[in-house]
This record gives sequence, structure tokens and C-alpha cells, in this order.
Amino acid sequence: MNSELGSTLKRPKRPDKSNHKMESLMGGRRENEKLPFWRRYIFSQDHKVIGIQYGITGLCFLLFGFTLMMLMRWQLAYPGKPLPLIGQFFPETAMISGIMLPEFYNQLGAMHGTIMVFLGVVPLAVGGFGNYFLPLQVGAPDMAFPKLNMVSYWFYFVGGVVMIASFFVPGGAAQSGWTSYPPLADIAPTGQTLWLVGMAFLINSSLLGSLNFIVTTVQLRTEGMSFFRLPFFVWAQFVTAFLLLLAFPPLMAAAVLQLMDRLAHTSFFMPSGLVVAGKVLEASGGGNPLLWQHLFWFLAHPEVYVLILPAMGIVAEIITCNTRKPIYGYKALVYSALFIGFMSFLVWAHHMYLTGMGTKMSAFFQITTMIISIPSVIVLTTMVLTLWGGSIRFNTPMLFAIAFLPMFGIGGLTGLPLGLAAADIHLHDTYYVIGHFHYVVAPGTIFALFAGIYHWFPKITGRRMSETLGKIHFWSSLAFINGIFMPMFLQGLAGVSRRLFDPTQYAHALSTQPLNVFISICAWLLGLAQIPFILNFFGSLFWGRRTGQNPWEATTLEWAAPSPPPHGNFPKPVRVYRGPYEYSAPGRKKDFWPQNALEAD
Amino acid sequence: MSTAVIPYISESHPVTGVTNSKLGTWCFLASEVMLFGGLFSAYVLLRTGTLEWPHGKELLNVPLATVNTLVLITSSVTMVMSWASLVMKSLSRYRFFMGLTILLGLAFLVVKAFEYGHKFQHHLFPSTGTFYAVYFTLTGLHGLHVLGGILVNLYFLVPGSRLWRTNPEQFTGRIECAGLYWHFVDLVWIFLFPVLYLL
Amino acid sequence: MQEKYYGWGLPVDVSVHGWQVDQLIVVVHVFMAVLFIGWFSFLIYALIRFRQKPAHQADARARHFKLPTYVEAGVALFEVVLLCAFSFPIFSQARNEFPREDKALKVRVVAEQFAWNVHYPGKDGLFGRMDPKLIKAVNPLGLDPADPAGRDDVTTVNQLRVPVHTPVIVELASKDVIHSFAIPVMRVKQDVIPGQTVRSWFEAKQTGNFQIVCAQLCGLGHYRMRGFFTVQDKDEFRTWFDAETAKKTGQKQP
Repeated sequence: MNSELGSTLKRPKRPDKSNHKMESLMGGRRENEKLPFWRRYIFSQDHKVIGIQYGITGLCFLLFGFTLMMLMRWQLAYPGKPLPLIGQFFPETAMISGIMLPEFYNQLGAMHGTIMVFLGVVPLAVGGFGNYFLPLQVGAPDMAFPKLNMVSYWFYFVGGVVMIASFFVPGGAAQSGWTSYPPLADIAPTGQTLWLVGMAFLINSSLLGSLNFIVTTVQLRTEGMSFFRLPFFVWAQFVTAFLLLLAFPPLMAAAVLQLMDRLAHTSFFMPSGLVVAGKVLEASGGGNPLLWQHLFWFLAHPEVYVLILPAMGIVAEIITCNTRKPIYGYKALVYSALFIGFMSFLVWAHHMYLTGMGTKMSAFFQITTMIISIPSVIVLTTMVLTLWGGSIRFNTPMLFAIAFLPMFGIGGLTGLPLGLAAADIHLHDTYYVIGHFHYVVAPGTIFALFAGIYHWFPKITGRRMSETLGKIHFWSSLAFINGIFMPMFLQGLAGVSRRLFDPTQYAHALSTQPLNVFISICAWLLGLAQIPFILNFFGSLFWGRRTGQNPWEATTLEWAAPSPPPHGNFPKPVRVYRGPYEYSAPGRKKDFWPQNALEAD
Repeated sequence: MSTAVIPYISESHPVTGVTNSKLGTWCFLASEVMLFGGLFSAYVLLRTGTLEWPHGKELLNVPLATVNTLVLITSSVTMVMSWASLVMKSLSRYRFFMGLTILLGLAFLVVKAFEYGHKFQHHLFPSTGTFYAVYFTLTGLHGLHVLGGILVNLYFLVPGSRLWRTNPEQFTGRIECAGLYWHFVDLVWIFLFPVLYLL
Repeated sequence: MQEKYYGWGLPVDVSVHGWQVDQLIVVVHVFMAVLFIGWFSFLIYALIRFRQKPAHQADARARHFKLPTYVEAGVALFEVVLLCAFSFPIFSQARNEFPREDKALKVRVVAEQFAWNVHYPGKDGLFGRMDPKLIKAVNPLGLDPADPAGRDDVTTVNQLRVPVHTPVIVELASKDVIHSFAIPVMRVKQDVIPGQTVRSWFEAKQTGNFQIVCAQLCGLGHYRMRGFFTVQDKDEFRTWFDAETAKKTGQKQP
């Protein structure tokens, strides 16, 4: 049809369409150096370059967020003692001769949460892995809207810069927790405004990203790739995209209202008659602080599943590949993901049991919370049953993927007492909560992300990472991360509140202070444990063993493309003949049967 | 090296029956519905939480807003006409109706600016009270959406219309998407008008 | 002195009703432990049994396990039990089933950055009128001196005294930001939302000195927003309270 002709005629006129991969950086030999560097690697529209940009930026932010936490851990373990070595380099607004100020501690806390969630994990899981592998796994040449994809990354980048810049404004960065509850956030220093502006950028970034993910999955699946032949990773990203698309706008609305409160002095979240530091606040009043909590958690609970679903997707890929077995209950898994996505919009107020909520409403949210635990149990069950009858290869990605299961299991199980309003009376806003959600996202999601990095590194660079360094990284990380979060359950049961600058101020917290010291030491050791990973990552870029197209003998489509895949992904269009996980099919010589392989292959 | 050719840019997907951009636009509008939905629910919560809420018609200029409503509805009609002109292969008629749409959009903003100016003259600001806070925030955000729509339409009126020569089908599709957005912005106003001015 | 109350794990429970919360926490944790240990043993067993061996291929035949379905149904069923037998009634008791006001001690606690203002109605059982405009350093609650109901009111800062074996109804309000009123040993916690008055109640079964905790980030002094919580003998409390009211009314008399 002439339209097709039109599009092909038109395409070559757009010079920006021929970006290239990092391959020349990473030792590849492909030509096409026509575009200047900045259009190939900086303002690139190739989903793979954008994926790498997201991934690298996300990893940097993860490291940064982790560093903030390591600083906090000093104050928690040794409150009031000067921070050795580096403490003297901080300005007086943060530390006085190395002794941390509570304002700075609160900034670190708020920004650790914000950075880890919005600038670290989601960009790496969705922006990085999703961008790179979703088009490859559906057999598409690129994302549906490459330009929007580029803009999405740069919105994210600007959002990140604004967040970091907020540390340097008078009064410092946001310090009202990553949840930014007003009225505290309404009356906080300038950093909070920048936090809101940064969030606005991040929200727009994820909006554009989610549009791309949805449209690419729906429209650009290659011939033969029906919905039930999609790898579970794609399903997970697809559901995630819907969560991003529909859950983030209410936070945008909330951010607009809080910005109005801060800049135009409205009172959306401020009731009448507030007295701050002995002075009556000059505001019209009439607002409601709980309005923010509703809007915020309407986003932030689906956000939890934004953090966990891509991780489940990665783990499913790696487990099937390394057990050499089809996944157990593929359809149950897909329906669980869809159900989780849907239910995640109906559980938000379980973060607000103690705000004075009535018993009927709390009963509703307790029931929905219990219901949403069922599909999560199904996901874990299918993954474990996949192991049964397999031939399990214990390589580094597999180790991380297996460790995800019990870690996520602990995270999920400890959500149970928190989801019951009565138990929440004692556990709400204690370290138990911190232990719970960190088990979900730190040894849960972040382990899955590490698994993904080790698994797909050969595809992205054409080289393998070192197994020895990988295993050192895995075992040390596993030990230390449990050393960090397991004691927090005890602290939480003891009733220790979150966000305490100096835990020794309370008698019940003082009794758990030895645990704080232990946790801090584990945290610093966990930091050290990342050194093998960093060495491995950069070393393997240059000296890693070269691999072919399909080093793991996997079945999904990304392994049908060269390593690294060229611009346009597949040298010739791929066609799909079967489901995603045809491993060890009876009667075949090889124990894997790629989706695109012909019957005779 | 081949460049990446993305399918279904100008022709519809055989199964879903839409182009990429149309599906994308619908998803985007779903997101926008959630944005304004969040703000509307904030309005409902704040209003039900207060004992006395002023009647919009006593504080705001209803006749002016009625005129504005008509202006925006008309602009939606001209937007459809501009798209229909492209379907009927007439770029000049398209230009006429698109220009009209932009002018009507601008007229809406000018009227809005007068309304705002009038309020400011009487020292009525967002900080005056919750009603004005809601009024200014919601109409302000809607105004930004109108402005965004005008910019998009301006782009399609002048530089963007070059695409017509090389790929008329894709260009028509783009105008359809711009139209979807414009109708959405119109629809938001049709909610805002009674909620703020009449109830 | 505090060692006997606190340790690694649940603190001592000195309330009449807290055992229910504790019981739920214990039951849930036993359930979690059983689930996790069972599941984890299965995981380890599967990992060892099905490790890669030479000349061994994975068995990819589709098979259906019945057990997980039963386990999942069991989990769902147990969650229903947790909700209906424990959580709903306990939470409803904490939120709705307030003790009779004539049998209880009523007290207002007004939170501010970073202190707890405690406000007892005097003998008349009525709280004096408060106005934010009257708030001064000497009058942190903004009590209206013109209101007769407030004449005999007793106020303290960061010191909540209650008699043992007497239900206490706390009316919680905040002057500035969101705080959360928590007494771990009393198994009571309630967010304090500015602009609202939220009620909570508890009843102590043992005397002693404990602490009020702020459980919601409220600013840079959040960490030191502790209050003293003293459970006294009924007589001891009465003596203190009478002395305080006498002091108040004595001052106000011309």
C-alpha cells in the first residue's frame, strides 16, 4: 500500500534513525559511524542505547542511594560520635565537626527512599531491562515511539539532577520522608519544592515509557508471537506499564496540590488553626492532610508492584533457562500478574489503618490485602515447582534468581502481620515495616536485577562476566543483606519507631542498640561486597570471555539476535512458532527449542 | 546496515485495528483521566469535609464561562472539520479549520485570562480559601492543557504539515490523534464548568 | 531500671487488652514460620535433588501437582480465620468499643513539634475552650481563661499520669504536623492528624514508668519527642490530681 511505501520512502530522510549500539565502545566491529557521537550515544533513539543509559544511570543512583544509607547507619550505630575520615568534609549544615545533624539525617532518609525507588530500582528494572529486552523478546525492531523513548530517558535524567541538586539549596534536600506527608512537607524548606519538581519530571518520564511499553507489546509483536507465547518477562513489564500509566497521575495531582500549597500558599493539605513553633500559621486552612496520603498511596502501592513484577519476570526467565524446563503453570503465572496488577489499585489504604480510619473501611482494605497475597503465593509456588524435575545449573544469575525466592518469600510473609490492622497497631511505622519492604525490594528485587545483569550481560556486550567474582559477590551479598534486615524484625517487634535520628533516646530502642551496631557493620560490609561486582562489570566489558549469540542455550527471541544486537535488532525478520520455554522437549536432540526455530532445526 | 523500520506507523494493525500513535494517544488519555480524576476526587473530599462551601455561581462569572464553554465546543467541531478535510484530501481546507481551532483555543485562554485578572483585582487569590484554591488549580491545569494543545496544533498547522506531501495517511493519523487530545481537553472543561461554576 | 521491660522482641505488656494484639502477632508468626520452613525445605530439597548431573536431562513432561493447590486454599482459609477471629474484633475493640465515660479517665493529648501537651479536665469533667490565637509559651494549649470549664483543668508537658486498672480515653489532637501517639507497652498507637480529634483508649494493669513514643516523622526533633508515661496506684493518682486541681483553682480564686 502506498502508506507503507510512504513510510519507507520517508524513513531514510530522517537522519536520526540510524543510531548505533555501544558495540564500538565495547569492542564490536560494526560500521555505520555516520551519526555524530552525541546522536548515537547521548540523544539516541535506539531502545538498546536508551536501555543501557537507563541501566547505567540507575546503577549509579542505586550506589548513591546506598551511600546515603551507609552514612545514616553510622549515626544509628554510634549516635553523636563524629564520623571518622570523611565526616570533616561535610559542610556545617550537615555535620558539625563530623557529628551528624538531625536535619541532615532526615534528608538522608527521605532521599535514600526516593532515590532507591524512583531513581534506582524502577529505572533499572523497567527503563533498563524493559527497554532493552522487551522489544527484543517480542521480536520488534525497536520501541513503537523511539523519540518519546529518548525524551523519557532525559526527563528521568533531569528529574535525577533536580533531586541531587536539592541537597545544595538552603535548608537542604527534602526531609519529610519519601512519603512527604503534609503539613510537615508543606512547611519544610526549599528542598521539598525541588523534590516535587523532580517527581514531576520522573512521573512524565514513566508516563512516556509506559506508553511505549504498552504500544510495543500490543502492536509490534512479530509474526506468530501471540499473547500466550510472550515470555513472562514481557507480561510482567506489560502489567507494570499499566500500573505506571494509571497509578502515577494521582501522584502528579498530589504533587501539583502540594506545589500550590508551597508556592501559592493554598491550604489543600492544611487544616485551619495550625500553630507552628508558637506562631499561628497564616493560611486560609480548610484542607485535609489525609488527602495527600490517599493520593500518595494510590500511587505508591501499585508502585510496590512496579518494583516487584519486573523482578519476577527476570527471575522466571532465568529459572526456566537454568533448570532446562518449561515454567510450571505459565498461564497461572500470567493471570496472577494481571490479577496482582488489578488488585494493587485496591489496597492503598492499608498504609493508613492508624489514621483514624473506621472499622468498615479498614475491613475492606484488610480483605483486599489478604486477597492480593494469594497471587503472590501462586507466583512463588510456580517458580519453585519449575525446579522439580529440572537439571539445575548453578551459575551466578541462577544463584541470584533462586535467592530471590526465599527473600521475596520473607518479604511477602512479613507483610501479613502488617496487613492485619490489629497487629499493625503495634507494628505500624516501626522497623518491622522497614524490614518487610526491604526484604521485598532489596534482597528481592535488587537480587533479581543482579541476576538479570549477569544473565543478559553477554547479550548486551558480547562478553561474559566472571563466574568466580560473581559467586563471591552473591554469597557475601546474601549473608550481609540478611544481616541487615533480619534484626530489624526484632527491633520492630520491640516497637522501635522508624526515622529516629538517635535511637538511644527511647528506652525500648536503647535495648536493641547492639542490633543497630550489628546491622550497620553488615551494611558497610555489604557495600564492600559490591566491589567484586563493580570490578567484574567493568573488567568484563574489556576482558570478558567473548560469547556467541546464545551462550545460555535459551529459547526466547533476544537470543536469536546477534550479541550485541545491531540497530533494528534482527538481521532478518523473525517468526515465532512456539511458546517461550520449550526446554528439554521430548524427542529432540538438543534440550532447548528456540521460539523462532523451524520444526526441522 | 538497515535502519529500524517500525511497523503500523501509518497503517492500522490488522488485529487491533489502530495505528501505534492512536493506541498511544488513547493510553495517554487514560493517564490524563487518572490525573484529572485524582484532582476531582480531591475536590470532592475537600468539599464534603467542609461545612460550608460557597456556590460557584455567586463567586464566579457564569456568563463569561458559558461563552467560553461554547467557544471550546465550537473549537472541537472545527478540529473534526480539519481532520475531515484531510480525509477528503484538501490541505487548504484543513489549514483553514485548523487555524480556526487555534484561534478559538486562544480566545478561550484570553477570556480565562480576563477572568483571572478580574479575580486578582479583587484580591482573590488561590490562597484566599479552599474554593479559590480548587478553582485556580483545576482551571489553571486545564488552561495549561489547552495551551499545550494549541502548541501541538500550531506545529501541525505550519511545520508539521510538510508531512502531507510525503505521507498524507500518517499526517491524517496525527491530526486525528491531536483531535482526540483536543476533544479530551474540551471534555474536561465540560466537567469543570458545572462543577466549579454551577454547583 | 528499664531492662526488665524491654528486650529484643515484644516489650512487656502492661495493658489489660494488649494480650490480644500479642496473641495475633504470635499466631501469625507461627503460621509464617510453618509456611516458610515447609516451603524452604522443599526448595532446598529440589535444588539438591535436581542439580545438573552428567548425562541427565530435565524432565519436561507436563505434570500437575495437587498439593500446592491445597496449600494455597489452606493459606486463603487461614487468612480468613486471621481476619475474622482476630483482626476484625481486635481492631474494632480498639477503635469502636470505648469504655463508658463515667467509668473512665478522660484526657486530651495535644501533640506539637516536639512535645506532648497533656490536658486533664478538672473535677467538672469538662475541657476548657481552646483557641490557637491564645497559644503562648506559658499557655501551650491556648486555654481560654474566660471559660469556667477550663478553670480547674490540669495541664502537663510530656508527662502522662494515669491510674492503674482504670480505662483511659485519650483525645488526640495536633497543633502543627502529623504525629503518632504510641505507647509500646500499652499496645496502643494512633496517628494524630492536625485538624481532627481522634479518640483512642487503653487500660493499664500494672504500675510503672514507661514512655510515650512519636511514631510518625514530625520533623528534626522527632527522635526526641518522647513523653513520660506513668501508671500509678489509684490513690496515688488521686492525691496528685487533687493537689494539682487545688493548685489551679486556688490560683484562679480572687
